[in-house]
Amino acid sequence: MRSAVQPVAPASANLRELRLEIEEFNAEYAAVLDAGKVDEWPRFFAEDALYRITGRENADANLPVGLVYCEGVAMLRDRALAIAKTTMFAPRYLLHQVTNTRVLSVNASGEIAAEANYALYETLVDEKTTLQQVGRYRDRFVRQDGRLLLRERHCIYDSLIIDTALIYPV
Amino acid sequence: MPDSAPAPSPASNVHAWPSEGLSAIPDWVYTSEEIYEREIERIFRGRTWNFVALDCEVPEPGSFKRSFVGPVPVIVARGKDGHVNVFENRCAHRGAELCRPAAGKTTEFVCPYHQWTYDLAGNLTAVPFRRGIQKQGGMPADFKLEDHGLLQLKVTSRGGAIFASFAQDMESFEDYVGPEVLKDFDATFDGRKLTLLGYYRNTVPANWKMYHENLKDPYHATLLHAFLVSFGLLVAGNKSAMVVDATGRHGTMASAKPPEGPKLAADVKTEMRAFSDSMKLADPRFLEYVREFDSPWSVTMQTIWPNFIVQRELNTLGVRQIVPRGPNEFLMIWTMFGYEGDSEEMTRHRLRQGNLMGPSGFLGIEDNEAMRFVQQGMTRSVTDTSCVALGGPEEGTTHHIITEAAIRSLYRHYREVMGL
Repeated sequence: MRSAVQPVAPASANLRELRLEIEEFNAEYAAVLDAGKVDEWPRFFAEDALYRITGRENADANLPVGLVYCEGVAMLRDRALAIAKTTMFAPRYLLHQVTNTRVLSVNASGEIAAEANYALYETLVDEKTTLQQVGRYRDRFVRQDGRLLLRERHCIYDSLIIDTALIYPV
Repeated sequence: MPDSAPAPSPASNVHAWPSEGLSAIPDWVYTSEEIYEREIERIFRGRTWNFVALDCEVPEPGSFKRSFVGPVPVIVARGKDGHVNVFENRCAHRGAELCRPAAGKTTEFVCPYHQWTYDLAGNLTAVPFRRGIQKQGGMPADFKLEDHGLLQLKVTSRGGAIFASFAQDMESFEDYVGPEVLKDFDATFDGRKLTLLGYYRNTVPANWKMYHENLKDPYHATLLHAFLVSFGLLVAGNKSAMVVDATGRHGTMASAKPPEGPKLAADVKTEMRAFSDSMKLADPRFLEYVREFDSPWSVTMQTIWPNFIVQRELNTLGVRQIVPRGPNEFLMIWTMFGYEGDSEEMTRHRLRQGNLMGPSGFLGIEDNEAMRFVQQGMTRSVTDTSCVALGGPEEGTTHHIITEAAIRSLYRHYREVMGL
């Protein structure tokens, strides 16, 4: 398997603090999506952000495709607008659980590489709750005005077969 | 059985087509197990060419890929001679589906159960302990390896796409598809070498034929797909066509993006509830079209019967393989690609525009949801036929989009093949 586990530097108080901050970031991010506020989703990203959702088979084989592939926060806003205002789909609730947060590295310019696992549950009217997908966030954070923002979020899902449609951002 | 019990009805009476003819489709073509079994036998295992892989997925001798012909699992492998072989993924011994990885490179296929071994064409090359141990056991003396190879399919390819058929005496792919639909196939597969960008996979809880019908239904495009309409990619009145081959089974839904924003008559706007004058994208790159094809069309969606879709939506390119899983569900495998020689920016343009298609695409979401709704309607309700009278009774190619002529053409062909 090519999904090598990247070792983490020995935990320091500083990295623990950072991990806590990222966990809080992810909890807030999930809360916005779980509330269905897709129009607020772009505010978690830096101006030059890359956002991609792709299957693990693609990530492992270095294939660049994304179910969702957005470059720049303007494109994220367009994606949010299209989903909120133009796209037809049955109403649903979504619920994220984000766990196993790991801070992998902090480079000289302060960019943070981090990972976390996610599970995404979906509930449609008249249907039982299903596990829409499980996967891993592969992130790069930057700090602007004291706030963490995503410069890159790759949502790499193990659940290769999507059930019908994956509508909202992960 | 008591004497008074009625004789069981023959299948032809149970499945009697509605008296309206081709302007009505009975629900049982989408829901009946018996009809589904007949489709597998007469269509997927019959006289059809089925897409199995792109050339670029099996680039070298020994490259292989798991694939499907209808619901039947097959292995696609490039032999030492460079030719592509397609054979059943089922060990001749006990029937195990022997090849497990989605793709890879190998010199032979070994069934993990008892290590029966096959070459890259599916020929049986070794059976462990064939002669027994110390003259005990083993295969009978008249057992011949060559009688126990894997079921091999007929193979052909065109423009970088590989097709297989259970019919050993199939006509050429070109004759099968016909000149009308081959023209736009060749505009997409124009001789440039393809590069693999990656996969999407999704199930849809609907009958597999609905995917063909959706792409033979230009009527839905301006009504369901508000994204196209809101941002001017397609509006009723655009130059468009629904091309159908002579048999009625294949099709090309084509449209040309207007050079500038939509100019719509007031009455057309009123009919299209989705239309909005006020919405604008912050970043127009989703909508840009780089001219690169020898075609008047900026979009062609091709349905090659029975399992293949060619998507050329502006500059985002993909093929879709339909894998039926019973009457009420199908698996869709999307293989997205570009061309050798694409600049990094062009590749990224194709990836960005990918937001329109696939199970998370602005259009793909809506198609999948609509098909799910239709199957639910058919399996849960009392009414038992649907109405496809739009533009009727015309059939075949049309140069307007307010018609279901291509769906009627498909069902003329389908009823003939299925004996319905």
